[in-house]
Amino acid sequence: MFSTRAFIKKNKVGNYLKNIREHYIRDDIFCGLESCKSCEVLDTSLTGGFNNKNNLFKFNHYIILDTNIILDQIDILEEDVFGNVIILHTVLKEVKHRSLPVYKRLMSIIENPTRHFYIFTNDHHKDTYINQEKGELINDFNDRCIRKACTWYMKHMPNEKFVLITDDRGNRNTARNEKIKTCTITDYVKNLENSKHLQDKLARKDFHTVVDSDDFYPPHLPTVDIIQGIKDGSLHQGTFRASTSNFLEASVNVDEFEEPVIVQGRAGLNRAVDGDFVAIKILSKDEWISPSDIILEDESVTEGVDEVLEKEKVLKKTQKKANAQPTGMVVGIVRRKWRQYCGILQPSNMDGLFHLFVPADRKIPKVRIETRQAEFLRTQKIIVAIDTWPRHSRYPTGHFVRALGKIGDQATENEVVLLEHDVPHSKFSEEVLSFLPKLPWTIKEGDIAARVDLRGLDICSVDPPGCTDIDDALHCREIEDDKLEVGVHIADVSHFIRPGNALDIEASNRATTVYLVNNRIDMVPVLLSSNLCSLRGGEERFAFSCVWIMDKEANILETRFHKSIIKSKKAMTYEEAQMVIDDKHQVHSIAQSLRNLNSLAKILKRGRLDKGALVLASPEVKILMDSETHDPISVEAKKLFETNSMVEEFMLLANISVAQKILKEFPECALLRRHPTPPPNNFDPLVKAGNHLGFAIKIDSGKNLAASLDEAIREDNPFLNTMLRILATRCMMQAVYFSSGMYQKDEYFHYGLAVPLYTHFTSPIRRYADIIVHRLLAVAIGADCTYPDLLDKHKSTDLCKNLNYRNRMAQYAGRASVAFNTHLFFRGKLQDEEGYVLFVKKNALQILIPKYGLECTLYISEEGKTSPFTYDEDHQTQTAGDIVLHAFDPVIVRLTLDSKNIQHEKFILQLVKPHIEGFSIAPLTEMETKHKLTEIESGKKNKKQKKS
Amino acid sequence: MSKKKELVSKIGLRLDGRRADELRRVRCKMGVFSQPDGSAYIEQGLTKVLAAVYGPHQVRGNRSKAQHDSAIVNCQFSMAVFSTSERKKRPRGDRKSSEMSIHLRQALLAAIKVELYPWSQIDIYVEVLHADGGVYPACVNAATLALIDAGIPLKEYVCACSASLANNDIPMVDISHQEEMLGGPTLTIAALPMSEKIVLMEMSQRFHIDHLPKVMAKALKGCKDIKVILDEAVRSHVEDVGCSTGWSNTSQKIKV
Ligand SMILES: [Zn+2]
Repeated sequence: MFSTRAFIKKNKVGNYLKNIREHYIRDDIFCGLESCKSCEVLDTSLTGGFNNKNNLFKFNHYIILDTNIILDQIDILEEDVFGNVIILHTVLKEVKHRSLPVYKRLMSIIENPTRHFYIFTNDHHKDTYINQEKGELINDFNDRCIRKACTWYMKHMPNEKFVLITDDRGNRNTARNEKIKTCTITDYVKNLENSKHLQDKLARKDFHTVVDSDDFYPPHLPTVDIIQGIKDGSLHQGTFRASTSNFLEASVNVDEFEEPVIVQGRAGLNRAVDGDFVAIKILSKDEWISPSDIILEDESVTEGVDEVLEKEKVLKKTQKKANAQPTGMVVGIVRRKWRQYCGILQPSNMDGLFHLFVPADRKIPKVRIETRQAEFLRTQKIIVAIDTWPRHSRYPTGHFVRALGKIGDQATENEVVLLEHDVPHSKFSEEVLSFLPKLPWTIKEGDIAARVDLRGLDICSVDPPGCTDIDDALHCREIEDDKLEVGVHIADVSHFIRPGNALDIEASNRATTVYLVNNRIDMVPVLLSSNLCSLRGGEERFAFSCVWIMDKEANILETRFHKSIIKSKKAMTYEEAQMVIDDKHQVHSIAQSLRNLNSLAKILKRGRLDKGALVLASPEVKILMDSETHDPISVEAKKLFETNSMVEEFMLLANISVAQKILKEFPECALLRRHPTPPPNNFDPLVKAGNHLGFAIKIDSGKNLAASLDEAIREDNPFLNTMLRILATRCMMQAVYFSSGMYQKDEYFHYGLAVPLYTHFTSPIRRYADIIVHRLLAVAIGADCTYPDLLDKHKSTDLCKNLNYRNRMAQYAGRASVAFNTHLFFRGKLQDEEGYVLFVKKNALQILIPKYGLECTLYISEEGKTSPFTYDEDHQTQTAGDIVLHAFDPVIVRLTLDSKNIQHEKFILQLVKPHIEGFSIAPLTEMETKHKLTEIESGKKNKKQKKS
Repeated sequence: MSKKKELVSKIGLRLDGRRADELRRVRCKMGVFSQPDGSAYIEQGLTKVLAAVYGPHQVRGNRSKAQHDSAIVNCQFSMAVFSTSERKKRPRGDRKSSEMSIHLRQALLAAIKVELYPWSQIDIYVEVLHADGGVYPACVNAATLALIDAGIPLKEYVCACSASLANNDIPMVDISHQEEMLGGPTLTIAALPMSEKIVLMEMSQRFHIDHLPKVMAKALKGCKDIKVILDEAVRSHVEDVGCSTGWSNTSQKIKV
């Protein structure tokens, strides 16, 4: 109940403003100990039933941690060996302030009742509150708060023991004087009973400093200087993006410059890691350089520095001033964005405790770790966290977190892909599952009354083979006066997933189903995704329908939305549907409606293209898996039928119709999808490539771009057009979800589809955005009611942020999985394949092999050898004798997989055709083609290929 | 700012250490001036307000405004230039002040028995000395005390209180400035707490309909809590005044 309390005001004096805030001190805060007689006992997770066993303290004790222990050693804390830990509120606040990710991890430990962590609100407790003294540093003050709480606990519960863990020597000494038991985390972990292996996981901030080694990197500026420098404009800040092809180069996106700022070399990068928020100094204009066009890899196997010095020299030699971009150097780190990295131990014969860890992500430097189980870890994929990067050390130092499994195993590699792309993939929790409908699921009278009964219509679905999560079905029938009624029926997922419950929260966090080559990470539990929501043939299902009345010219006369109940007559594959359409003998109603749909779709598509919609290309491949061994047995480019495009057209149309409806009803909070117009300089590579081939690519509007792409055709190279489209695809921006209230109307535009409004409605089983759109549409037609978060544009902006992030990651994860399986497929094979030059670089050609969707590097000059090629930068060509290689030229290359580096298996290309004396190799003979492929059609389905 | 801050922590405390249903500390004093007929000073947390009441007296200025069946009530709201962390340009006359004056008048009219004073006028001046959230409620509460001090008959106390939603879920009462800035929409109500009549309700932004009832209930509960405090203050004030006039002796006698 309410009571007035004495309170102390806290002053916070800013630059110009004086802020005074109240700070209430309470007498009703519970210490958290069950055995306490003096406090009012409330809920607590501390328990007498758990004992901390440690050889340093041979008695049961409660643990109190300081801020840095939590920040540095969160990996240890997540281990199930500590318990009865008291987290002070002042510490918790500081952790939250310093690192949100660590805070979140800590909170999930605290929320886990089996871990026995308890938050004690020391800063509002009448006996442990203290005031910061004048001139007292914030760190000293925080330490004093912690000690105050410790002594209070000792007095409050004289029969219990408390141990303060801190790595701060000064704090430990003062604590000892106050009779507080204390030790460092290293000592504590070392003396843990039967948990000695945890030592590997200790973060090492205090790594022994090598006294006589020279500093390898320039120092970072102190924080004050950085803040000052940014304020007065002498420094700039931005996100550090490491280059994938050159380990000694990176770029930093800075607001003040349009182009990214280049940083190069050891001193330029100065211990920044990809993703870090850094402060940079811009060099004087005469030192500016252009991005390097050579490929450099970190190949050293020890911590020696010779190799990097050597490569730095190589880099220096190739520096160019032409087309120079702003160039700078990192002078300090504003915020580290370190996460945990997957990778392997560097295979080497390094002995002792220290080993090098090679991250799977090329943009991340190798990490020096200490481990006592190197022999075992060499066979494993492992996770490592970076702790610090001292000046004298060639590599950052970190610690081992956990092992994922054997290198090269499908399961391990899948796990790596999922972890590296932050895909939530744990099993659905019991709580989530509890919100699923109970089986046997039956349709109730009330459900039928609230829905339009379309069970009599000839509805069918068309999907890729093996698809089990069918979220759309179609129908088309002739009604009077030559009019057609066309319906798109989408699985009514929002009927089963109600806002705000655990199932909904889980789905919104997952945001999308992730498709790996041999695995699908569902967004919703399989009961929904493959059964109750899936519009299977012959079964009664709930649907959300979008029905148009059209004339035969595909003009929409009327649009209706309603919830319905349907019974799909047949679930077809694209190929089956195509056969039905093509087979003139089939005249049953489904065949008729498919033909009608197909001809309408063609009209719709033409209309769309006329308006300037882009036809883009990206080499998509399909990997056929052996159903028993789960090994890839063939890799091929995806086959497309007319029916693919037919389904796509109607999905697009439904999405557009729904977007219009929900925006009209909810101008402030409709969830839409926009595809921003790319800034003109995005198109530079495309325009340049076009120019070299003699095509003028117009980029002033989507329509002109589409038209000029259509015209860029050359008889002698039919694949050239596709290559241009692949390039064009890479110039595009990412399409993103957004809340309509946060943007201006003209920003809603979808560039790729050339429509003013677009959203996602048609795949609610595998995309969370569609569920929200369903809910909005249901409210708009009066079929459902709203809930607060749905109408809050800030909430929905937060949601969009997550959806966009997860979508991007899901896409990358899918690609990574395809890449891994392609590698698996090529192991031990030797093949000559047709390819095309994608880019011409100074020391290499980038080759695209469309058959496998592979993009590989063909090195044409090696160090120490003279290359037969001469590079013409202006025309982007490589010339050897009378052979000139341009971008997009067809070549034949020999493809082998270099498995020397198990983590980064890479393809080695050798030129077969055109033949260049002394460089090219002879084509394979029949005999040499050891592995003839037999294509076995397997039932494994891998990926939906619908347009999104 | 798209991400709203968590205003009630996992352990159930707000940023300043209160629980969701706790008011800030209220301190009040009646009869702080001798010049006006009634006056009061109130502190709700760090929000500090002075109120003065003149009247009922004859209608001044334009006599034609006088009404035959009731008194005219004038309200003037002003904020000291030093009351906010950035100095204000002028204390009154801006749009916000005029609006506040009107809202104050509306709330107070509901309680004052104006029909007892035909042809007369009551003037209420409210000045904010320091603003730290919940300015309007503090003004209403101060004015109520000043009216009582002036001896003007009221139907009952009129109290005001604000409420909001923490973490989009937990209703909390008496919103501080910090919480106003970091949180979502704020609901302010002025009510006659004994008869549970709401006389004024204002929202800084829209609430979702699902949230409104619980936030309103919380604000009303806040009004009732404030009424208890005001009532206590009035009683002790009356006792003090009584003491000085020798009235306490009689009351003691009666008690005995
Ligand atoms: Zn206690």
